[in-house]
Amino acid sequence: MMDKFTTINSIATPFPRVNVDTDIIIPAKHLKSIKRTGFGEHAFETVRYTSDGDLIADNVFDGPRYKGSKILIAGDNFGCGSSREHAPWAISEMGFRVIIAPSFADIFSGNCVKNGILTVSLVQHEVDALVIAAEAGHEMCVNLDDQTVTCGNAQYGFEFSPAHKEMLLDGLDEVGQTLRSKAVIGSYEDKQKLMTPWLFKESMCTERSQK
Amino acid sequence: MPKTMYDKIWANHMVEDRAGGVALIYIDRHLVHEVTSPQAFDGLRAAGRAVHRPDSIIAVPDHNVPTKHRDQPNPDPMSTAQLEALKANAEEFGLDYIEMDDARQGIVHVVGPEQGFTQPGVTLVCGDSHTSTHGAFGALAFGIGTSEVEHVLATQTLQLPKSKNMRVTVTGVLPVGCSAKDVALAIIGAIGTAGGTGYVIEYAGPVIEALSMEGRMTLCNMSIEAGARAGLVAPDDKTVEYMRGRPYAPKAGQFESAASFWRGLGSDEGAVFDKEITIDGSEIVPLVTWGTSPEDVVPISGFVPEPGDYSDPAKQEAAEKALAYMGLEAGQAITDIPVDRVFIGSCTNSRIEDMREAAAIAKGRQVAAGVIEAMVVPGSGLVKLQAEEEGLDQIFTQAGFEWRDPGCSMCLAMNPDRAGAGEHVASTSNRNFVGRQGPGARTHLVSPAMAAAAAIAGHFVDVRDF
Repeated sequence: MMDKFTTINSIATPFPRVNVDTDIIIPAKHLKSIKRTGFGEHAFETVRYTSDGDLIADNVFDGPRYKGSKILIAGDNFGCGSSREHAPWAISEMGFRVIIAPSFADIFSGNCVKNGILTVSLVQHEVDALVIAAEAGHEMCVNLDDQTVTCGNAQYGFEFSPAHKEMLLDGLDEVGQTLRSKAVIGSYEDKQKLMTPWLFKESMCTERSQK
Repeated sequence: MPKTMYDKIWANHMVEDRAGGVALIYIDRHLVHEVTSPQAFDGLRAAGRAVHRPDSIIAVPDHNVPTKHRDQPNPDPMSTAQLEALKANAEEFGLDYIEMDDARQGIVHVVGPEQGFTQPGVTLVCGDSHTSTHGAFGALAFGIGTSEVEHVLATQTLQLPKSKNMRVTVTGVLPVGCSAKDVALAIIGAIGTAGGTGYVIEYAGPVIEALSMEGRMTLCNMSIEAGARAGLVAPDDKTVEYMRGRPYAPKAGQFESAASFWRGLGSDEGAVFDKEITIDGSEIVPLVTWGTSPEDVVPISGFVPEPGDYSDPAKQEAAEKALAYMGLEAGQAITDIPVDRVFIGSCTNSRIEDMREAAAIAKGRQVAAGVIEAMVVPGSGLVKLQAEEEGLDQIFTQAGFEWRDPGCSMCLAMNPDRAGAGEHVASTSNRNFVGRQGPGARTHLVSPAMAAAAAIAGHFVDVRDF
């Protein structure tokens, strides 16, 4: 069960680089934990630390300028690459609840929804305007109910999957919701056992332990 | 109405059509590895839930495993914890588990097809984006996050929005010296790393039909690098013959009915795609990536581009950053880039055919003196055994390559295999991202033959000149 998504009012962190991949968000060497937490400190490591491991004081994530920001403004194709959910876990641990970008990679945006992070796609010039506003320290408001981003006099609407919207607003347990369809899943399986019996254990190859 | 292959598989797996553009889709096959699964099993335990269908799962360690000295204790306690968690979870939930010392162990995307676990027409998922590999069989296969891993374990389904249909047709005949890797890189170079976002790509045309199953796996593997969640190739005689006799494949009494079902999966004549791309396969040449995105491809005879070659200011900036990271000068000839390290392996290029292609170049030659390390990492223990039966290991070791045990290895620098800062790596893997093969490492994506040729020459070189 995740926290319900409410309206977010916050300053925003500008990071408008294109094709930011999940290896930049969280490098593979930090994926060895068997827990969901502890990834935030390594997030965007190559942006935040020197190669010797020293914190770069004025980087956008740690500098005083954007402290407390809950909104990340990113570049096109954000989150491309690996399917690691450690990427949204890390971003969430940094305090972000919203990412605004011209586009997102499919798996990444799906993973965000499951972790209470809203991904907002706006057209490039709108994102550009928000980057300027963010750099000037302006606060913005992201309203999922109305599907709008408001900053000063500017307001931008965005599209969002109704199913995902419901999930974020209700903080839904997706597994619990699907398990309510258990009977339907069961009757689908009964049908498939007749259609494609070779996909079920009772009729699968008997030489399974063969090496 | 004529249907695409994706539409057919989608319809076959529809459990419930939900409101809001989402459907509940049944999942037939699930591959589980050590990195993206422990939190999912924890979630099941916390909620007191069971695994719905243990017979739909194979668990195998691959990302973290060392590729040498396996008889010695793993020096990394976190890797050890993750590997032990996989084994313990497989035992607790009753899953088929392949041990590290089992000959069948290897990279999930090599093991699945090899065992006949991957089958045409199924939905197949894994907590790994390169699950798109299995689309080579006409399976709808895609990577998922850990929450979705938990969802599939508990319910055998996923709540999914339907993707759009794209067809990439590769015409003509692939020239000698080019392989499926070059086809994949050519497509990504043409449509970009976000070109396939929101789509499932079906690959078609004479070049695709002529590819072996291994080649089709290489091609579908890199669909995710074009932004597409999944790639598909229609099952044909090659697919059916590949399946025959594999441990998890349908048994004799059912094989023919399965095969006839598989043959009907291809897109219907006249099926409409939302987007169509055609590439002239006869024009494809051996390719090398110069930058930090798989779309940064350039012919082996080409030059490192100028940032000013891009019209988009964001792309210009990205190109400048990439040049600085890669330590390259705009205008530099690709063949002038020295190679410090060579990696032949990964779920993209670690199958027997890849081993053969690389060995054909390495045979009777020597790795250049300036190359720190050249390693060949077979995708599974069975690939390793077959390569050894064919004497390929001898060819590699005599030429100065290291011959390793199977695993993800230097594709992603989360095991002991990694490249040093500033080193140029000729790599047959799939991602040239910043830091992917180690902090500061400079990855150039190439085919197995091109990687072997670069190892011999000590710099990138046109394999057609060998």
